[in-house]
Amino acid sequence: MQIPVVKLIDPVTMLSIGPAHYVILSAVLFCIGLFGVLAKRNAIMVLICIELMLNAVNINLVAFSKYVTPADFIGQIFAIFVITVAAAEVGLGLAIIIAIYRNKVSVNLDDFDLLKW
Amino acid sequence: MIDLIGREVVDVFLSNFWSIGAFYTLALVIVASGILVVLMKNIVHSVLWLAVCFIGMAGLFLTLDADFLAAVQVLVYAGAVCIMVVLGIMVIRRADMKFSNPFNTQVYAAAGVVALVLAVCTFLAVKTEWMVSRARVPENTVEPIATLLLSKYVVPFEVAAVLLLVALIGALLIAREVKTDANTGSQAD
Repeated sequence: MQIPVVKLIDPVTMLSIGPAHYVILSAVLFCIGLFGVLAKRNAIMVLICIELMLNAVNINLVAFSKYVTPADFIGQIFAIFVITVAAAEVGLGLAIIIAIYRNKVSVNLDDFDLLKW
Repeated sequence: MIDLIGREVVDVFLSNFWSIGAFYTLALVIVASGILVVLMKNIVHSVLWLAVCFIGMAGLFLTLDADFLAAVQVLVYAGAVCIMVVLGIMVIRRADMKFSNPFNTQVYAAAGVVALVLAVCTFLAVKTEWMVSRARVPENTVEPIATLLLSKYVVPFEVAAVLLLVALIGALLIAREVKTDANTGSQAD
C-alpha cells in the first residue's frame, strides 16, 4: 500500500499542478465554510459561509472540466447553474432573515426557536 | 543547493513557473481570506474579505482556462452577492457593529467535525489515481458554452430562468411589510 503523505510532500508532486491540488484547495475552502455554518451565531454569517461552500464546489467542477473532459464543458456549465442557484438562494435567504428580524428583532440563530416544541 | 533539492524538481519548477506561482499565490489568497471571513468580529469586514475571496477564485478559474466563468464570478459573486449581503446587514442595523459576528457554544464540536471532513477529503484526493485527459481546453470558451446552453442543456437553462423569476417574486413576497391591524392586533395583508 502506498503512503499518501509521502506522495503529498514530494516536491515533484507538489510542483506539477494537477486535479489533486484543486480538490484539496476546494476541500480546505469547503471546511472553512462548514466551520462557519456550524459555529456562527449570526444568521447572515451562516448565509455567507454557505456561499463559501458553494464556491468550493465550483472549484471542483471547473477543475474536473479542465482535466477530465476539456472539450465538453460539462463542469463549466454545471458551475454556471450552481452560480445561478446560489444567487437565488442568497436573495431568498436574506428576505427570510429580514422577515424573521421584523418579528423577533434579532438575527441570532439561537433565538429562532419558533418551531421548537 | 540544487543538488540538495534535485535536478528534476528544478526542471519541473522552471518549466511551468507561472502556473505553479499563480496556483499557490491564489490558493494562499483564497484560504487566508476565507479564514478571515469566519474570524472577523465585524460582519461588514467579513463581507469585504468575502469579496477578496471571490476575486481570488475568479483568478483561479483563469488558471483553469475558464475565462467566461471568471467574468461571471466577478459579476455575480463579487458584484451582486456581496452588495446584496451588505445591504441586508444595513437593513438589519444593530447598536454596535463591532461584535456583530459572534461564535456560538459548539465551536469545538464544529472544529472536530471540520477536521475530520478535511482529513478524509485530503486523504482521498491524494490517494486517488486521477485519469487526466490529454486534450486541451479550446482557446475560445464562450461560444461552445453558449451553443451547449441553448442546444443540449436548453431545458435546465430555461428552468434556471424560471427559478430566478420565482426567487425574485418569492423574496419580494416574503420581505414585504406586513400591515398589522391596530385595533385587533391580528395580521391582515
